[in-house]
Amino acid sequence: MKYLDEYRDQQVARKLADEIQRAATRRWVLMEVCGGQTHSIVKYGLDALLPENVELVHGPGCPVCVTSLEMIDRAHAIARRPDVIFCSFGDMLRVPGSNADLFKIKAEGANVRVVYSPLDCLKIARANPDKQVVFFAIGFETTAPANAMVVWQAREQGIQNFSVLVSHVLVPPAVTAILDAPDNRVQAFLGPGHVCAIAGWTEYEPIVGRYRVPIVITGFEPIDILQGVLMAVRQLEQGRAELENAYARAVRREGNPAAQQMIDRVFRVCDRAWRGIGIIPRSGFALTDEFQQYDAGQIFGVETIQSVEPAICISGQVLRGLKKPHDCPAFGKQCTPETPLGATMVSAEGACAAYYNYGRHLVAAESLVTRA
Amino acid sequence: MCLAIPGQINGLHENAGVPMAKIDFGGITREACMSYLPDAIIGDYVLVHVGFAISKLDAEEAARTYQYLSEMDQLSELDDGEEETGHEVP
Ligand code: SF4
Repeated sequence: MKYLDEYRDQQVARKLADEIQRAATRRWVLMEVCGGQTHSIVKYGLDALLPENVELVHGPGCPVCVTSLEMIDRAHAIARRPDVIFCSFGDMLRVPGSNADLFKIKAEGANVRVVYSPLDCLKIARANPDKQVVFFAIGFETTAPANAMVVWQAREQGIQNFSVLVSHVLVPPAVTAILDAPDNRVQAFLGPGHVCAIAGWTEYEPIVGRYRVPIVITGFEPIDILQGVLMAVRQLEQGRAELENAYARAVRREGNPAAQQMIDRVFRVCDRAWRGIGIIPRSGFALTDEFQQYDAGQIFGVETIQSVEPAICISGQVLRGLKKPHDCPAFGKQCTPETPLGATMVSAEGACAAYYNYGRHLVAAESLVTRA
Repeated sequence: MCLAIPGQINGLHENAGVPMAKIDFGGITREACMSYLPDAIIGDYVLVHVGFAISKLDAEEAARTYQYLSEMDQLSELDDGEEETGHEVP
């Protein structure tokens, strides 16, 4: 497939890794922001290709992982209602709430459906006029235009039995929160390529300036990631702190204006609680007043539900790059993808699940082609 | 979650007033909403995320990056005398 295969070329990957080794004369800690990047890094064993003095820590960029426990519990409360068809992206189904996950709730008789695109919900709503169809609208900036469009179209098409439970999160405030933490170790970021395909990178420029931290917008294939690492390491070595784009085939500075326009029509920025991290100011999207009638949280009165996260799970520290999954006492013991305690063990993009699934100590550079 | 997959537009149509495309992902065809790439045409490569085309892939930029990578290749070869890797520039 064009635009895929050439970015998985093992020879080029090795050359890039050699180049990184040559470039890195000191110890550097880089964070890849996006869970999709974490997944690629672990799947292809890219961190094993890197020299020892270049460490990748895994960022908070998996919306499934950072959706707050109370939001999950609210979703479950709605999904359990007999008058509701609850629609969700597939990766939310196994995320543990306080006492169940959507799979279990579905097995108990709830009408839970996996959708590929948010627009699928409108078809379901039209086909089931006697039910309330609720969509669990989660995601980063990448997913926001799709989730905004379904609300917009519901109104355009006059669909009355549809609403959304919105738990959108935004990347720049999370990056800032990581940099503001007194124990921060991150010296440069691989920026989230697909988030920036929508939002552009103008919001990251002040961060680069204020914190003097290099940010390199990076794609998701092995070559993309290694190129991002190389560009970030070169900046660090040369004492530069700039915004660079290693994903120029897909990302432009202004992002996608048509998508941003739709986001602005439907959503407003709000404070948002992140699982394992807590509330980050102005780090999420909620529906604007104009679209309140589509707010499932209000319609079903679940906004009072509060939840307490399990104490043993250190996913908050994993998400901020302070700890690695195997630093967690529960990793691979009480907590596995079959019995996850924290959301980072659930999503394939969660750092804990990625480490577990790819048998962290077995991955070799050879995996590049064989697993591609 | 933010996974977006490259595919090629091989047909444009409308569905309930929404611009849609048939996108070929290396043999598998799926529909995607084109509202956010109003200028895209048949033959363009786009990134698709949860049923929405979100970005056009820029062939020139891709070639530029690959040019850079292959030059780096040659530089390394001068350095350590390794063999030509022979990957293709798209
Ligand atoms: S291994 Fe499980 S309990 Fe430990 S941090 Fe990861 S998700 Fe939480």
